[in-house]
Amino acid sequence: MDQSRIRNFCIIAHIDHGKSTLADRIIEETGLLTEREMQDQVLDNMDLERERGITIKAQTVRTIYKADDGEEYIFNLIDTPGHVDFNYEVSRSLAACDGAVLVVDSTQGVEAQTLGNVYLALDHDLEILPVINKVDLPSAQPDEVAREIEDVIGLEAMECPRISAKTGLNVHEVLESIVHKLPAPSGDPDKPLRALIFDSLYDSYRGVIVFMRVFDGSVRKGSHIKMMATGADFEVTEVGIFGAGKFIPEEELSAGMVGYLEASIKDMKQTRVGDTVTDYAHMCDEALPGYKEPQPMVYCGIYPAETPRYPDLRDALEKLQLNDAALQYEPETSQALGFGFRCGFLGLLHLDVVTQRLEREYDLDLITTAPSVIYKIYKTDGTVLDITNPTNMPDPSEIEHMEEPMVKAEIMVTTEYIGPIMTLCQERRGIYEETEYLETTRAVLRYRMPLNEIIYDFFDALKSRSRGYASFDYEFCGYVRSELTRLDILVNHEVVDALSFIVYAPNAYKRGSQMCARLKKEIPRQLFDIPIQAAVGSKIIARETVRQLRKDVLAKCYGGDISRKRKLLEKQKEGKKKMREIGSVEVPKEAFLNVLKLDEE
Amino acid sequence: MGEIGLYLHIPFCVRKCAYCDFLSFPAGEEMKKIYASALIREIRGYRNAAEDSKVTSIFLGGGTPSLMPVRQLRAVFQAIYDTFPVDKDAEITMEMNPGTVNEALMSFVFDSVNRVSLGMQSAVDEELVTLGRIHTFEDVRKSVELLRESGVKNLNLDLMSGIPGQTEASWARTLSAAVSLGPEHISAYSLIVEEGTPFFRMKEEGSLVLPDEETERRMYTMTRDVLARSGYAQYEFSNYAREGFRCRHNIRYWKRGDYLGFGVGAASLFRGSRWSNTRDVDEYIRLSPDPGALVRGMERLNKRAEIEEYMFLGLRMTEGVSSAAFREAFGVEIRDLYGDVIDRQIRSGLMDEPKEGTFRLTDRGIDISNVVLAEYLLD
Repeated sequence: MDQSRIRNFCIIAHIDHGKSTLADRIIEETGLLTEREMQDQVLDNMDLERERGITIKAQTVRTIYKADDGEEYIFNLIDTPGHVDFNYEVSRSLAACDGAVLVVDSTQGVEAQTLGNVYLALDHDLEILPVINKVDLPSAQPDEVAREIEDVIGLEAMECPRISAKTGLNVHEVLESIVHKLPAPSGDPDKPLRALIFDSLYDSYRGVIVFMRVFDGSVRKGSHIKMMATGADFEVTEVGIFGAGKFIPEEELSAGMVGYLEASIKDMKQTRVGDTVTDYAHMCDEALPGYKEPQPMVYCGIYPAETPRYPDLRDALEKLQLNDAALQYEPETSQALGFGFRCGFLGLLHLDVVTQRLEREYDLDLITTAPSVIYKIYKTDGTVLDITNPTNMPDPSEIEHMEEPMVKAEIMVTTEYIGPIMTLCQERRGIYEETEYLETTRAVLRYRMPLNEIIYDFFDALKSRSRGYASFDYEFCGYVRSELTRLDILVNHEVVDALSFIVYAPNAYKRGSQMCARLKKEIPRQLFDIPIQAAVGSKIIARETVRQLRKDVLAKCYGGDISRKRKLLEKQKEGKKKMREIGSVEVPKEAFLNVLKLDEE
Repeated sequence: MGEIGLYLHIPFCVRKCAYCDFLSFPAGEEMKKIYASALIREIRGYRNAAEDSKVTSIFLGGGTPSLMPVRQLRAVFQAIYDTFPVDKDAEITMEMNPGTVNEALMSFVFDSVNRVSLGMQSAVDEELVTLGRIHTFEDVRKSVELLRESGVKNLNLDLMSGIPGQTEASWARTLSAAVSLGPEHISAYSLIVEEGTPFFRMKEEGSLVLPDEETERRMYTMTRDVLARSGYAQYEFSNYAREGFRCRHNIRYWKRGDYLGFGVGAASLFRGSRWSNTRDVDEYIRLSPDPGALVRGMERLNKRAEIEEYMFLGLRMTEGVSSAAFREAFGVEIRDLYGDVIDRQIRSGLMDEPKEGTFRLTDRGIDISNVVLAEYLLD
């Protein structure tokens, strides 16, 4: 394979700037797919992704482009996930590329994730080709955006393609630029095999399908390979390339190529994203850099709404994990909710995606408890505990001190909303670092913030206080000592373990009051008064009462119209089904998650 | 021979009240004539359907049936008597708005009707204005006088609690004024703010001040006490009567007897099926020659639905439901289906068992009847 005819690249963009649409157009124009075969967005094949308009699971496509110079080029378009939670996956996908097409929306300009992605791409020494998209829209400002790309990012952009991925305008120019401006791979086909796993997929018939980029050497059916980080070794049963939506077997994958391999691999844990595949007998000198174990940052309890479905939940999590190595779970028991699992996620979006997939693809009805981060507890006996479930916090007398995880947060915002956003960050214990003006109307605010302040509803609050104009990115930056305490919630005088959470001690009173008020709204009135209390240790710090139900209005069964009466009763009964009984109190399932929604604006 | 009740819907009114979401609207003379002809066609269409059923109650409801000209009322009744065997002791009720009662109507009342239901609502004129009623309390008093002179021996007054601005004191005035007019029967409903009404919009805007829940509850208790002292025993959530004057037609609804509804939007329960007529009056008039084409939402009730209805309707009656009658109706024991619910409700003070095998709601059970009755829907 002549490496000079290969281009391995990805498309990077802020959410909604048109990454998937451009990918569709490239696939269309390179012709391997007829229009009829085109799904609306070829790369986003999970329903969920389409609904959210983002790509979660990296996928890749190989197409053939006949360039204006008359030569045929192989394009490996490697898709990258578009969210901060999946930063590590993005970084592995980028590492598989030699260049990147940077899409910037000509109506929006440079956004937080545009910058984040560009920096990541530069970290991997990728050549970057800027493209200005959506120039067909009336509000497009291509000149301003080109200037912004030059000023803010420092990339030459005045001559870059100005396109409409939607209509196909000037997409040809993008294809030619990929050929002429992005570099070809330059590995050594005669060295021992060295390939990077950038994604994998579990198929119940074929086992794990490993997506990889070959840097040096080659691999074919029958090769005996080894995963350098996990140590697992396999005999390859098939190698191939990515057609649009299907796998096409090939004789061999050699240096510079992107493709897949299968080796009857049953366990996804043995083929971690970021690992290096090499030859078992002739190992390469050095693994490719950058491998990391996936690190969950956010934890929460997931319980079946109906207790008997616990085994179904376990099966579903097992199956999901086959496809999502970053998902972690272990069984736990709650007095309030029964048997369930404590699950670890990369971030809030990951949590959201997993719970929604459990509900949709496995038809489960779930109760999700408020998310928690990992706290480090230094005990007086010198040991250190990692706590992901507030219930497991030891007695305060055994605690020497505690630490909580911090993140570096970058918030890009139009200047008129700087005030409200700064207020929000201060409310969430943010430590201000700097404001960088990108231009007169836009700035990046940089804060250090405790992760536990952003995992509940920070994103929603940010959007509502900026009318949707703020964008946000964060990165873990270590643990700091903090004054933390556990807040318990008592419903009808009983502690509900699933509602306990760890809070910055000076905020305990305020949080306790907010939670009680929130629960008062969530819990419907019942046959008796229900006291709701917040407590730190044995001290009650806040209280609300859900007053008992006193009187229903008596509707007239007019003219013998009974069906109307029945509907009313059915509605009443439906509402009751959505409740979980805690002691003798009926609590709506959503309450366990909603209780921490603090921002009422 | 089975017994059956007939309901006739007359959708006209002088003007729509601010709380009303019933199927009613102001209409001109021509419209009334056309509607009466449609009604007659529909009734006659049932010629062969119910010849073996004896009609023991007829109810003219609305709207305001007293707005229908006498000549047309007579024609409608002629159609009924031509089509159905009407029992000579049948209870025949006509609803009237006190603002529409007049001499001309009395001859019809005298020879065709034996029970009149008068929409009094309140004795406080300001409250009547709030509701958008077209009459005063004085109109009510005069109407009662006229009806009595015309020989009406069975009179109901409809009252309404929960009116915006109403207080316990004003409700007490309404109750004693109603009692002083000496009706045989009193119905007292609470105002429900229904979607699509002017009250609903006002409530959304926050300009409607309704009595709070506690006040409503005390008004309800007061109703029961005041009326009991004056000789009106409660027999259903909202209905009170002197001995021998319970409304047979309404009891039919709660005990699931057969009834046929005629007119736009009218509901029927007949031989195990429920249905309603179209709610579109133009369509009703157009399709009336073919009564089958008027039917909307025809539902053949299965045993489960019948049992559920039996409970949530039967428990509206203060006499409650008895396990013997339940067994006779369905061939199963009430406790086999509802033992857990009944025991739990008795424990919670929502239900009692005044004599063995009879279950009825307590005052507290009636207060929160939606919660209590919903538990009789089976899974």
